[in-house]
Amino acid sequence: MSNLLDVENLWIKFPTRSGVCEAVRGISFSLGRERLGIVGESGSGKSVTGRAILRLIRPPGTVEADRIDLEGRDILRIPELEMREVRGQGISMIMQDPKFSLNPVMRVGDQISEAYLLHADTSRAQAYARSIEMLEAVSIRGPERVYTMYPHEVSGGMGQRIMIAMMLIPDPKILIADEPTSSLDVSVRMQVLEIMDRLVRERGMGLIFISHDLHLVSRFCDRVLIMYGGKILESCRADKLHEARHPYTRGLLNSLPRLEAPRDRLDVLNRDPAWLDQPSVSGML
Amino acid sequence: MNGILIENLNVWFSEGHDRVDAVNGANFEVPAGGSFGLVGESGSGKSTILRALTGMVKTWSGRMEMLGRELGPTRDRSFYRAVQMVFQDPYGSLHPRHSVDRVISETLQLHGFSDIDNRVSGLLEDVGLGPEFRFRYPHQISGGQRQRVSIARALASEPEILLLDEPTSALDVSVQAEILNLLTDLRKQRKLTYLMVTHDLTVVSHLCTDIAVMQLGKIVEILSVEDMRAHKTSHPYTSHLLNSSLGRRREATEAG
Amino acid sequence: MSASDPTNQGLRAWLLTDTPTSRGHARLAAWYQGWLSFRANPMTMIGFVILLILVFIAAFAPWLAPHDPFAQDLAARLQPPGSENYILGSDSLGRDILSRLMYGSRITLYIVTLVVIIAPVAGLLVGTIAGYAGGWADVVLMRITDIFLAFPRLVLALAFVAALGAGIENAVLAISLTAWPPYARISRAETLTIRHSDFIHAVRLQGAGPLCIITRHIWPLCISSLVVRVTLDMAGIILAAAGLGFLGLGAQPPSPEWGAMISEGRRFILDHWWVATMPGLAIFTVSLAFNLLGDGLRDVLDPKEGSN
Repeated sequence: MSNLLDVENLWIKFPTRSGVCEAVRGISFSLGRERLGIVGESGSGKSVTGRAILRLIRPPGTVEADRIDLEGRDILRIPELEMREVRGQGISMIMQDPKFSLNPVMRVGDQISEAYLLHADTSRAQAYARSIEMLEAVSIRGPERVYTMYPHEVSGGMGQRIMIAMMLIPDPKILIADEPTSSLDVSVRMQVLEIMDRLVRERGMGLIFISHDLHLVSRFCDRVLIMYGGKILESCRADKLHEARHPYTRGLLNSLPRLEAPRDRLDVLNRDPAWLDQPSVSGML
Repeated sequence: MNGILIENLNVWFSEGHDRVDAVNGANFEVPAGGSFGLVGESGSGKSTILRALTGMVKTWSGRMEMLGRELGPTRDRSFYRAVQMVFQDPYGSLHPRHSVDRVISETLQLHGFSDIDNRVSGLLEDVGLGPEFRFRYPHQISGGQRQRVSIARALASEPEILLLDEPTSALDVSVQAEILNLLTDLRKQRKLTYLMVTHDLTVVSHLCTDIAVMQLGKIVEILSVEDMRAHKTSHPYTSHLLNSSLGRRREATEAG
Repeated sequence: MSASDPTNQGLRAWLLTDTPTSRGHARLAAWYQGWLSFRANPMTMIGFVILLILVFIAAFAPWLAPHDPFAQDLAARLQPPGSENYILGSDSLGRDILSRLMYGSRITLYIVTLVVIIAPVAGLLVGTIAGYAGGWADVVLMRITDIFLAFPRLVLALAFVAALGAGIENAVLAISLTAWPPYARISRAETLTIRHSDFIHAVRLQGAGPLCIITRHIWPLCISSLVVRVTLDMAGIILAAAGLGFLGLGAQPPSPEWGAMISEGRRFILDHWWVATMPGLAIFTVSLAFNLLGDGLRDVLDPKEGSN
């Protein structure tokens, strides 16, 4: 059985006035029917990786790779028209803030229906019924009423659940979640993650979870890739994260304040410039 | 008492039909030299209390005291000298067209200091920024560095009380550690009093000794950080926050 | 100066540096980097060069013009362009059109400068004060703005002429009085946005008064959108001045103002097209140049925050 996604030797570059900025420098990883976490700080290249898989990087940014395969089929070099079918139906993406990723002048239910109608050749009534089903699947009570609401009328947690509904309705094989809970309150976070987790499992999907929160990712994912300076510095199983060996990962783990373990001073991460030059660790299965 | 005293504070926005009560009957005290945290989720009213303290909100009732003096509808020069604030968003708290040097010099000028050049270098050194940062503009420095500049600006008037509005929530994890260490050191060196607002229990437990937990405008519990670590909480909301922060599932909802 | 010239490279690196060493250095570096993005757009450079040429011609008109713009030669009336002595032709009184255009550029620049001094400055003042103060001041100032916005430009100019007599200054006054309201609106909108920023709160917490905040913190941020808007409006202002000139309300004959020249050439447009068309082309070129410049300035001055 082939992997859901294979990415080999991915390079993402952006030309700027002072030279070419290499956001991602030759990373390789693959995704099975599992939850893969990509962790990094700002500037590590994790968000552009997610966007590059969906070919959402616009020129003058360039995306080069030996291959990007979805279930063995190339999606890097296919024409834009074919890629549009892949987006949504093959791979979907959830972004950070539902305030910005939901259209403010459309009712949320209509946005979900639209996502469905783009990929399925059915009637509006069918789309409506499926949308209500999806809203129930993300634990929204009173789905008919919520269908008619506008994005500014729903809370952050509910907005994110609506995004999940919208992104899962075309039945994609892979879900990319780019910091899906960073703008949510702490108590709502777990709820949203649990819903995402359940749906991904039920449908046998793969999940790429991009975040800066190492602990969250380690609790929620099966495998973790640590990115820094456009490279993968470490790849390990989530439950073995505390045994991570790379000094950057250890540094990140140690620099977080912990409730259970008070310290006078936090360990400060010493960035070794050598990390930028070492070869990228492979995240292939 | 020389710290902060809040007694029966109510803060609201708009009048009549549109009135929204952001803070209801808040009571707490911060001793001089202490470090106190206001914890809550969005909409809990914690940032509103800071804004009421600095005089940015006019519609409030109750009693607020700082450094032994009761606060009225306006603030004066001596207040601004003694009380300063560090803001959450490192990208919004610096004027985009002013260099670091200009930001701090202007602050020193407004407070009537004369030895500006030396003080600017001194302040930058205190917050761990080298002289190469002095003439840069905000878009040329990183988020953590901007936050350091904000802290330097706050320290310029040699205040006694620092109000911290989620100072590290917009920063990367490793940068957060540096800023938290910096704040810890500064408090010891300059004998400052901290009132910090945050939603992150791990951060508040690191920097503060006591916390007040807020929910929907009310303070539901005041407890020491040690008690919180030991789970000696008395209000269910506090234990709910604690559990969410530790990543445990809520007993009440089992998704599915 | 080639790019490999060592002193040139040193200077360039100094200007592109990320670590300026003094206030002056930082300011020069910021200007240089702005200039680089400005220069990157070819259309903008075309507009810029045209305007530079305009300024040059206006400054050196007495030396560049082949003839005296007021000298009449009735024997050489209505000569077509390309004839000997009259490169762009001559008008109904035998005056050289090229020379008149050159001297007319001074009048155009004069009008543009006066309007730029009066209208955006008035708009900035009114808008920022209204936006920052809020409450009654805001309401009153904005209603005054609305009143001026309601005046049709030409009707106001007619009223001025009736009251004060025709002339360039009155025309400029009329144009400025109807041009400032949009700038007030822009400034007010910017001020309302900026007013709630953390950096404004921070400087208020240092005890800064409203005057300091408005002049040193809010104005620098409003200036960019104002500059862009003014540049884009220039075309309209030049046309308005030309329109007033055309109606006889602006510069009076024999002044070589471009609009008045078109008016004089109106009668001859069928057989002697150049008398009206040449000044028309001049107006067109300068307006286009301002538009191109304004577009380029907008790209340079109003990039999205955090696009680095």
